[in-house]
Amino acid sequence: MSDMTPTAAPERAADLPAQSPPVDPAETAKADAGARLSWWRGDGGEGAKRNLGLLATLVVLVVIGILTRPDLYGDASWVWGNTLTILKLASVVGVVTVGMTFVIIGGGIDLSVGAIVALAGVWCTTVATQSYGAGGMIFSALTVGLAVGVVNGLLISYGRLVPFIATLAMMVAARGLAAEISDKQTQVSNDSFINGIATVKLLGIPLLVYILAAVVAAGWVLLNRTTFGRRTVAVGGNPEAARLAGINVRRHTVLLYALSGLCCGIAAIMLTAQATSAQAAMANLYELDAIAAAIIGGTLLSGGRGTIIGSLLGVIIFSTITNLFAINGLSTEAQNMVKGGIIVAAVLVQQVQFRSLSQFLTRNRATTT
Amino acid sequence: MSAGNDGEEIEVTNEPLVEAPADTVAGEVVLRLTDVVKTFPGVRALDGVQLEVRAGEVHCLLGQNGAGKSTLIKVLAGVHRPDSGEVVWRGEPAAFANPQAAMRAGIATIYQELDLVEDLSVAENAFLGHEPRRLGFVRRGHMARRTRQILARLGHPEIPPGRLVRHLPAAGKQIVSMARALSHEARLIIMDEPSAVLAHDEVGNLFRIIRELTAQGIAVIYISHRLEEIREIGDRVTVLKDGRTTAANLPARDTPTRDLVSRMTGRTIEYVFPDRPADDPAGAELLRVEGLTRHGEFADVSLDVRAGEIVGIAGLVGSGRSELLETIYGARRAQAGTVRMGGRTLRPGSVGAAVRAGMGMAPEERKSQALLLGEPIYRNVTLATFGRYARLGFTDAGRERAAADRIAASLELRPRDVRRPVRTLSGGNQQKVVVGRWLLGDTRLLLLDEPTRGVDVGARAELYQVIRELAARGVGVLLVSSEVPEVLGLADRVLVMREGRVVREAPAGELDENTVLDLVMAGSLMEGAPA
Ligand SMILES: Nc1ncnc2c1ncn2[C@@H]1O[C@H](COP(=O)(O)OP(=O)(O)OP(=O)(O)O)[C@@H](O)[C@H]1O
Ligand SMILES: [Mg+2]
Repeated sequence: MSDMTPTAAPERAADLPAQSPPVDPAETAKADAGARLSWWRGDGGEGAKRNLGLLATLVVLVVIGILTRPDLYGDASWVWGNTLTILKLASVVGVVTVGMTFVIIGGGIDLSVGAIVALAGVWCTTVATQSYGAGGMIFSALTVGLAVGVVNGLLISYGRLVPFIATLAMMVAARGLAAEISDKQTQVSNDSFINGIATVKLLGIPLLVYILAAVVAAGWVLLNRTTFGRRTVAVGGNPEAARLAGINVRRHTVLLYALSGLCCGIAAIMLTAQATSAQAAMANLYELDAIAAAIIGGTLLSGGRGTIIGSLLGVIIFSTITNLFAINGLSTEAQNMVKGGIIVAAVLVQQVQFRSLSQFLTRNRATTT
Repeated sequence: MSAGNDGEEIEVTNEPLVEAPADTVAGEVVLRLTDVVKTFPGVRALDGVQLEVRAGEVHCLLGQNGAGKSTLIKVLAGVHRPDSGEVVWRGEPAAFANPQAAMRAGIATIYQELDLVEDLSVAENAFLGHEPRRLGFVRRGHMARRTRQILARLGHPEIPPGRLVRHLPAAGKQIVSMARALSHEARLIIMDEPSAVLAHDEVGNLFRIIRELTAQGIAVIYISHRLEEIREIGDRVTVLKDGRTTAANLPARDTPTRDLVSRMTGRTIEYVFPDRPADDPAGAELLRVEGLTRHGEFADVSLDVRAGEIVGIAGLVGSGRSELLETIYGARRAQAGTVRMGGRTLRPGSVGAAVRAGMGMAPEERKSQALLLGEPIYRNVTLATFGRYARLGFTDAGRERAAADRIAASLELRPRDVRRPVRTLSGGNQQKVVVGRWLLGDTRLLLLDEPTRGVDVGARAELYQVIRELAARGVGVLLVSSEVPEVLGLADRVLVMREGRVVREAPAGELDENTVLDLVMAGSLMEGAPA
């Protein structure tokens, strides 16, 4: 090896041009643009691009609607009415999905949401509860949702059960309890205030849509602007790092499931109002809808990343698909089969779009610098 | 060192580890890079790199954090594709589409960030992607045997090939990634800061292996921030600055340090430790640890840290230093003994209690223990303090960014934009984020586990300065480092640990490097691992 060292005379690249300054102004400008975009996601441009992909998907669905039923889409008032129908359809699952999004970002999963909605719905429509009036019914639905969520959280964080197992068990148990309480009967809601929640309109828009908007807005603020949201991302993104930074990971986990339960309580009131009744089988498979919507919306199943806006778009895409089948008079069986395919397609399309879009942006930047 | 746990005999033969490729002529240029450019969104990571590597040499890459060293080797390893420029590998233009292609061409890489699969065994990791097969079945016995051979040659016959990588300590994982690189028939082995997680004697072992490899005509690209290592093992040096080659093929042994540093940084930096204050600065007792014990990790450790004092712990990897620090911090629960802060006993096993009492800890493994890789830099810096910038539970991103900016400036973080995701930072810059986190807020006692791992010469001096200034403001510091000179240079008082026990305690001025090394030797790598 001795022949190596001295032979090559040190050829020094001293004639290289002057170094570029470490921070070039164009770069800073780009970062600023990213910051301006960030209201859309709250923490960076990547999510914004993904959400644009979702919007594009939504546009495609509407175009399919226009192509298949040009007669209906020619009527402006029908289009407005149909939009409200889609949003109303999205409202209950949407509220559940907001809670689910927090749980998934926090590194968990909640399979019991549908069952919690059913239990809370059944609990608030028993004869005894209804005797306390609308206030009593709302209070009991929210309390039941919250309490079941807390139990989930305690089992997972202090009982050290895997979230999948703990909430699967809760799913079975809560539906069982709901069937027990209702004696497998449909419980009719006689409270006109509760039933009115589903029918009242403000400025021509159903109250249910306002409730969804309020929950989404609250969820967005909670995730992007509060210490609670910051902890959620930390706990899901790297639990060990969160713990070593002094965050109480266990307590926060309990709070996340409690939040999901609370959302289920709200959803239970909305769903009971829509059906003017509650039963143990209600909100069937809501867990799947909520998880699928969150994932399509860009929430990472492994935790640490996700957006409320993305989840909302995911839910709206789902209800638009359902609506598309309804206006074309197709059966729900066909609908379910196609829906599964569309979940896969949407994710694929979104990935491709996302990749090519970011490549496109990168290339643009390279040319502008 | 004892033989393998399963009683099987270890073959320690002298046959070459990697078959020397017959057609390799020593001294011939095997790799040549011309004007290689690689950009990421908003960053020109490589901006015209020249590099020439010869068979049988150890070619060192030097450069500050973020200079582009890791990006360069990822281009060579087929992880990134260059935007422009030419890579000539053994006389032919090469563009490796993926890591497999580079491996097939004979380039093996040990990455800066460990890339092992935690839930696979040591042998499965070593042969990941090129398992020996017969009729489509993996030859497990053969694979285990080959792994055992390689581990023995690496000086670690005690690591069982069947053990899950998850259960190895950090240094053990580094050995496994080295074994992986050696399991290929490579003509070029690239090592990106392999010594960062190795203790002193391990580095000696590594150098022995490197000499064996180069004697067979295999080329090695070696990256390290420690100039002494480059002097010892290197043949030629190429220096990168801001993605460009600023000097190529300098002789590694006799280029003056001043020259190397000024080519790396564009200025001259004195690699010195800040002065200790003239009068004894230490104030009231801050931390007192008594009889702390965790079986199999450390036993009966007692120590104290006073306000304004820097206490260093020296010892081998596996001597229980990191475990001790984590136990003091409450991340592990002690089986016996107490930890008191300012006279009050802390609840064992509660990080929350320790943080409330004013402790902060920069842990050993930045990726798994400290960082949210997808989150912006500023959120990582304020991970422990964002609550303080918040009002009524609402976070204040503006104030957090301003605070993170100050930290970024004082630690020379690059790029300086704190809204970038931490994932896009170079290894050394990620380390600065981990340490910077605890420079915010009102930490009274700072526990630092390998704070300068992967940090370049210039930034290291800055970091030492910052730590000294903190101490001058009355913060107590408990420092763990594998680099003995760092412990001796920075600390006021030094504890030497061996096999989980404190074997010596003395003011830093009364110890020298050789004394400490003599004290810490005879430790074994596997002792830190749970059974
Ligand atoms: N995936 C990425 N996306 C964006 N920027 C990146 C990415 N990877 C690296 N960079 C940037 O490229 C530059 C070079 O990084 P690189 O990791 O090559 O540095 P390095 O010389 O290895 O530093 P260190 O000594 O700290 O390991 C840095 O500015 C870094 O922030
Ligand atoms: Mg690097």
